[in-house]
Parts: sequence; structure tokens; C-alpha cells
Amino acid sequence: MSLTDEHRRQLYYYMRLSRAVEDAAWALNNQGRMVGRLYTGHGQEAIPVGAAYALEPEDVIAPMYRDMGAHLVRGVDPVEVFAQFMGKRDSSNMGKDSGLHIGDMSRGIVGMISVLPDSLPVALGVALAFKIRKEPRVALTTFGDGSTSTGAFHEAVNMAAVLQVPLVLVCENNGWALSTPNAREYAAANLVDKAVGYGIPGRHVDGNDVEAVHAAVSEAAALARAGGGPTLIECRTMRMRGHSNIDPADYVPPEMLAEWAERDPIHRYRARIEAAGLWDAEREAGLEAELQERIDQAIHQAEAMPEPEPEDVHVGVFAE
Amino acid sequence: MRHLTYYQAVREALWQALEADPRVFLLGEDIATYGGVYKVTEGLLERFGPDRVIDTPISENAIIGAATGAAIAGMRPIAEIQFADFIASGFDPLVNMTSTIHYRWGQPVPMVLRAPAGATWASAGPFHSQSMEAWFAQIPGLKVVMPATPADAKGLLTAAIRDPNPVIVLEQKYLYRRMTGPVPEGEHVVPIGEAQVAREGRDATIVAWGTMAFKSLQAAEILAAEGIDVEVVDLRSIVPWDRETVLASVAKTGRVAVVYEAHRTAGFGAEVAATIAEEAFQALDAPILRLAGLDTPIPAHPVLEAEYLPDEHKVVEAVRGLVGF
Ligand SMILES: Cc1ncc(C[n+]2csc(CCOP(=O)(O)OP(=O)(O)O)c2C)c(N)n1
Ligand SMILES: [Mg+2]
Repeated sequence: MSLTDEHRRQLYYYMRLSRAVEDAAWALNNQGRMVGRLYTGHGQEAIPVGAAYALEPEDVIAPMYRDMGAHLVRGVDPVEVFAQFMGKRDSSNMGKDSGLHIGDMSRGIVGMISVLPDSLPVALGVALAFKIRKEPRVALTTFGDGSTSTGAFHEAVNMAAVLQVPLVLVCENNGWALSTPNAREYAAANLVDKAVGYGIPGRHVDGNDVEAVHAAVSEAAALARAGGGPTLIECRTMRMRGHSNIDPADYVPPEMLAEWAERDPIHRYRARIEAAGLWDAEREAGLEAELQERIDQAIHQAEAMPEPEPEDVHVGVFAE
Repeated sequence: MRHLTYYQAVREALWQALEADPRVFLLGEDIATYGGVYKVTEGLLERFGPDRVIDTPISENAIIGAATGAAIAGMRPIAEIQFADFIASGFDPLVNMTSTIHYRWGQPVPMVLRAPAGATWASAGPFHSQSMEAWFAQIPGLKVVMPATPADAKGLLTAAIRDPNPVIVLEQKYLYRRMTGPVPEGEHVVPIGEAQVAREGRDATIVAWGTMAFKSLQAAEILAAEGIDVEVVDLRSIVPWDRETVLASVAKTGRVAVVYEAHRTAGFGAEVAATIAEEAFQALDAPILRLAGLDTPIPAHPVLEAEYLPDEHKVVEAVRGLVGF
């Protein structure tokens, strides 16, 4: 899919919306108005936005906890996000789970669990179902660099390769797995080198360039849809905040943060679309005001929703 | 005696073991430079160096398997799993390999698996709150301990490190920073398999372990004010467990509540209750009572979490019923 001017403005919009929702959530969390902690994708927005935007509506995505933008692109409203973060009764997880663990197969979203990276084999299974039914659909999953150290990663990628299922594997390599730097997670020169061992194509892209991510995922999805099997895409980025909102991350060298701040995906993309004549200060001011209002309203609406009742704890262990 | 907080007592046991025995080393995720997510291992890297305090990739299966291998090769590994829930990612080597090595070919496996377990009463949700002692109690060859005080946190961990078998230490994350108590400064070993009568009483027995022993003691204070005199047996070890102390207490009081945080069905409390029914039926003046977590995943929202978890108030209510039977 090549990008029109409108598409490009939308990519920018979703990255901005993602950051605005997360910034607001950060404040809410600090004020004790959320259930559980907050893990943000600050600085990584180009990956979930670019990846999700490259999918067709009937495709399925199994996002990770930093992928606010993927949810927004799939049509999750900020009201739903805040309701989920507040553990409201009518939120996706109904207060039973928390964080960005939203699941909704009607919109093609697999809800993750904390255990890493358990969505990976599940996404493989979704892709397998598509393959068996001969549907031209793909599954896409995202995961961190650290998550590739698990047995689940190895088994899922290997099996996806052997079965040639339509799966796109997007690694968000943000340099860190909690306090553990890349060099303590894997010894390969580049994470994407792992693809060679599995016999699948590997792509290395600038994860802070939303169009580069979009292009790589579009190509991998087209290959998968045509029966060409899985692709591993390593998106290089940087975790710009602590692991969660309570992690001061003093183990991250300040120079590293400063260097990556220069490459902020949102600022970079704004400059790019401005240079292309698609964006200007006036549009920016309009967007700013729109986001402000949308977020304020969403928080307001979410907060007015009912809390779970104690007896709800028993509901839903088994399907009827 | 000098007082320590629970997590400090754990650290002291690790520190002393590293000092005393060159075969001891630690491995786990974010334990070295970061000092662990609960800061239990803070300062150990600086003192003992990167060969003895090892940061690993996110690889629970390999951590547990590697600890097993190092143990049979003459080391005394202490593996940390960041949250006990993630032991599931390394379940296979633990329950099939580690646990059967000695039974099958006579080779001891002197390793320790430490992990923060249990609920936080702070919305940690379904994947950071579980109490999984019953998972392991079903597996012959694994010992399991759940310390409920700082002294036991040190003493049981020290015993685990010296034990020639794989021992799982389910540290109680709720107590890490909440509970302070006297801890002996030097060598301190609490034998695995010995319960402790944490409070003596005449009217009823509560058998509990981990955070539930802590909550049961709080309940006992409330009940004492009502004139109900409760004995609290802190089991401390799950495998092997101290039947004698439990049965002696039941013989004395004639009424017993078994309180545990894990899911009720097939939880370890069911084993305790069944044993009491088999061995002390004549001594019972009331049916054995079980108070446990619900048979649901552990929910995040505080309203739901409170409904799920047993606490001191639910214990009080249950014991009132037991005594009034
Ligand atoms: C199986 C498992 N082990 C440990 C953890 C604890 N944990 C949560 S996030 C995290 C770091 C993940 O790093 P990475 O995959 O690179 O993702 P990032 O957080 O950097 O986006 C760890 C160790 C977990 N959730 N699951
Ligand atoms: Mg990472």
C-alpha cells in the first residue's frame, strides 16, 4: 500500500493521539486514579502505528503492552483505554486484568498476558487458522528484544517458519529489557540475524521512522498473504522512559537518551510532512486543541463509568 | 535482638551464604546491576562480582535448567525467578528433570529457586499475585517453603541452600517491606519441615502459611478482644509439612480452620484438611473449615481483589462460626 497525503496525516495523527493518551495516563497514574502500573511506548510510537496501519481490517494483531497506537489504529477509543486503565466494570478486562491487555477479536485484537511473550505462539495459531481456511488474512504480533530470549519465542518462530503460516513478527528493539541491555540478552550482532537460523526473511528498519515501519510491514504482510510465510522485522528504537512509571531507570546512560531524543519519531515525522507541504502550524494548533478536548472528555466519560461489584469476581471463569 | 525487614533478612541469608561457601552463586533476571525488582539482591554484585551474581536473559526455562546443571556439577546455585508466576515458563525442567534426578539415578540436586509469590493487595492482577505452592506439592522430589516472618525468611533460605535437594522458596512479596522482626545476626537455620506455633490458644486452631499466617495472627488479636483464644500454627514448610504439630494443636483445641491464599479447589489446604480428618477425626468438635482464595483468576481491581482474597476480617468471621458451632 502506498501512502496518500491523507494516510500520512493519519499516521501523524495516531502517533500524536497515542502519546497524548499515554501522557494523560501517566498523570492519572501518579494521582492514583488507575488500577495497576503504566508501561508506555513513549518514543516507540512509530512502530505500533506504522505496523497496525499496514494491516487490513480483517487481519489480526497481537500487540504488546507498549502498543497504544496499535489499539487506536484498530479503532479502540481513548474512552475504552481509560476505562480499561481504571478497571471499570464495562471495560475490556472488566477490572479483572489491567494495563494494555485489551482483547477484542471482533476488531482483530488479541489481549496479551504479562508472561512474555505468550502472545507469540497464539498469533501463530491465529495465522494457522487463516492458512487452514485459505483466507487471505495475516496475523501480526509485536514483542520486545528481551522477549526473544525465551523458549516461547524460539518455538513459535520456528514452527511458524516450518508451517509457512501468514505471520508478521515485529520486534520492538528498544535497547533494554527492564534493566538488561541488548548485549546481555543476545550475542548476535543484530537481533534480526536470528531470522537466518529459522530460514525466514529478516528486515532491519529504523523503528523511529513510521513510514519505514509501514513499508516493511506492508511488504511482509503481502508476502505472508501470498503464501510466503513469516518475516521477522527488527525495528530499532529506544525506550525513552522507565520500564514502568515507577522505574527511575538510572541504569540508562543519559547520553543514550539525549541521542535518541533527537530522533523522536513524532518530531521527525512532523518535520517531514511539513516539508512535504502536508502540515503547518495552523493544522498543528488545531490538532493540539482537538487532542486536548478529546482526552479530557474521554477521561471524564471513563471516570463516570461504574466500578465492578464484588460479586463480579465470580463471573466468567467459564463460557456459558 | 536486632530487627530486620523481611527483604533484608532474605538478602542477609544470601550475603552470608555467598561469604561462607564459594560454590554458592546467584542467577536471575535483573538481579545484578538492578538489584532485583524488589531490591532483594541490591549490593551483592558490588560485593561478590559478576561471576557469582549473574544477570540472565529472560529465559526461565534456561535459568531453572542451568541451576539444575550447575547443582549436579558441584555448585550451589540460587536461581531467582522475577515473579513466581513466571516459574510456569520453566515448569518443564523443574517438574520433570530437576525433581526426578535423585530418584532416577541417585544424584543430589542442591539448588534453590527463590521467587516472590502471593498477592499484594495492590492490584497486581492475575499474573503477579498467584500462590502456587500446590503446583509443586504435587511433584515428589521438590521441597517447598513459605516463610512468614523475617527470621524464617533468613532461616529457611539458609536451610534451603544447605539442603541436598531442590528447594523452592516462595517469598511473600506482601511481607517484603511490611514486616519487620527480630532476626539472629549470625548463622541462622530453620529446619525445613517444622511448623511453628506462632500463637498459643485454647478455643480453636488456625493452620496457615505465608502471608495468611501473618493475617491469621492479626485475626487472633481481634478475636482475643472478643474472648476467643486462638492458636495459630504457621506451617512454614509445605513439603515436607509438619503433621505432628498440626495434629497436636487440633487435639488440644478440637476446632480447626485451614487458611490459605491460593485457589480453594485442590489447594494445599485440602491436603491438610484431609489429613486432619483421617488422623484426628475423634478430636474434632466441629467440621474442619477451609478459608481460601476463590476459584477464579486473581483480579486486579481493588473491589474484586478484596473479594478474592482471604484477610484478617474474613478469618475472624470464619473462626467465630467455628467456635460457635
Ligand atoms: C516470562 C517472563 N519473565 C519475566 C517477566 C518480567 N518482565 C516484564 S517486562 C520485562 C522486560 C521485557 O523486555 P522486552 O521484551 O525487551 O520489552 P520492553 O519492556 O523493553 O518493551 C520483564 C523481564 C515477564 N513478564 N515474563
Ligand atoms: Mg526491550
